[in-house]
Amino acid sequence: MKYMVMMNTMKASEGVPVWPKEDLQAHIAFMMGLNKELHERGELVSAEGLSFPNQAKLVRAGKDGRPITDGVFPESKEFLAGFWIIDVDSPERAYAIAARISAAPGAGGTPLNMPIELRPIMSGPPPEMV
Amino acid sequence: MTKPWDATSEQLLRELAPQVLGSVARRFHDFAAAEDAVQEAMVAAFTQWPQEGVPDNPRGWLIQVACRRMTDHVRSEIARREREMAVAAEAETFSPTLEIEPDMDPDDTLILLFMCCHSALTPSSAIALTLRAVGGLTTAEIANAFLVPEATMAQRISRAKQTIKASGVPFRLPSRHERVERLPAVLHVLYLIFSEGYVSSIGSHLQRLDLAREAIRLTRSTKTLLPDNPEVAGLLALMLLTDARRAARTGPDEELIPLDKQDRTLWDHAEISEGVELLTAALSKASVGLYQLQAAIAAVHDEAERVENTDWPQILALYELLKRVAPSPMVTLNHAIAAAMVYGPGEGLELLRALDGDPRIAGHYRLSAVRAHLLEKMGDHEAAIKHYRIAAARTTSMPERNYLTAQAARLADD
Repeated sequence: MKYMVMMNTMKASEGVPVWPKEDLQAHIAFMMGLNKELHERGELVSAEGLSFPNQAKLVRAGKDGRPITDGVFPESKEFLAGFWIIDVDSPERAYAIAARISAAPGAGGTPLNMPIELRPIMSGPPPEMV
Repeated sequence: MTKPWDATSEQLLRELAPQVLGSVARRFHDFAAAEDAVQEAMVAAFTQWPQEGVPDNPRGWLIQVACRRMTDHVRSEIARREREMAVAAEAETFSPTLEIEPDMDPDDTLILLFMCCHSALTPSSAIALTLRAVGGLTTAEIANAFLVPEATMAQRISRAKQTIKASGVPFRLPSRHERVERLPAVLHVLYLIFSEGYVSSIGSHLQRLDLAREAIRLTRSTKTLLPDNPEVAGLLALMLLTDARRAARTGPDEELIPLDKQDRTLWDHAEISEGVELLTAALSKASVGLYQLQAAIAAVHDEAERVENTDWPQILALYELLKRVAPSPMVTLNHAIAAAMVYGPGEGLELLRALDGDPRIAGHYRLSAVRAHLLEKMGDHEAAIKHYRIAAARTTSMPERNYLTAQAARLADD
């Protein structure tokens, strides 16, 4: 079963985390290590990090169908920072992966305990059997 | 000295894969490495044979290429890697001489099947390894069927082999007793491959491997290897009798069409006859198991030329048996549908109430979908709309969500 794992962290105001270099390195190493592990277990479909909120745009179609873009968001708005698509054997395994991501190390190596959103990816229907 | 590549060649190649693997694994006493070597030989055959023709002794060809790869593998364990790359590059253009393979054993495919469906493996690893080692599929084909990157699938397979290695399963046929004990796990993996064919069928118009067909092929060869086992026959019958309805199951926009609305002239009558024949033979033997009963239910549906001719009392009796042989909330749910068809929707709704307290199914969309359907039959459209919508919000299947949403909309529009 496939899931999308979404990491909603940065408030629009925060931008790049202001952490000591070694904490930043530890955080990056954690993410790389996690991706490597998911790949080695044959569970990783894809993983992408997203640009900072200052690059984000809201787009709507105007009356003539042309794009109308809206930028610069209120500082309180939370953004999607990155996502994974995983293919795992059970919901429990998906929860475990999400919990690992949630506890990624932050400043001083303290777990961030970020809220991680986990959503099943829609599939085809099962066959008409019992 | 070759035959032209034609429609049967691919089938031949896939059937040879487990035989070649058995032979190479036995010779080198290393299943994991042999499996990689055979995969490389398969890829080489898929590249070369369509252009150069099928060799006179295709098995000998594959064994020689795989053994050459194995030799490379063994050498690479002791020599420097760079030098081995050169040897491997040389092997790309290697054209083997013919040699009749003496140590081929018809049980090899069976050994592999039991090995790949080992209970130490997670379902997804067992499925992937079975498709590659027994089914003769390439990693790319399997990855494509499951919509995951090829590298991910390769890792899954390699991990599955490590697990097998660590569990110390010997490369030999399990004893009669072990086979009886482990056969349900094998059949379950085959069943899962078949279901996966439907579940991962979103965008089925894309060129992708047909997993349902692969499952049928693998189960068919299992049936050849274990001809007297009624559950193997039952599973094959179940797959055929289910697959027979495939063309009628979706409309032009891939929307789901339920059994009672399907155009039955689109059903595959050859598959139905074969399934019924298999099932009849299986049922004449001693034990009646889970797969035979499900196949029997599918057969009753398939034998009704028109939906109103469906023999519901017989289906109900079969579900009652199934509830005893393999009780599960899903069986209870289907039993309630059959009861509703025989005794009226009120009876069905009454039976569903028992499931509300069962945590295994209480929040499942199927329970809401069936309840909605029975409420509609009772004439309570308002409640039916509500439950169709609950079901639509709970399913993780896109076509099913569309179907359920449309059912609610149809009633709301009236």
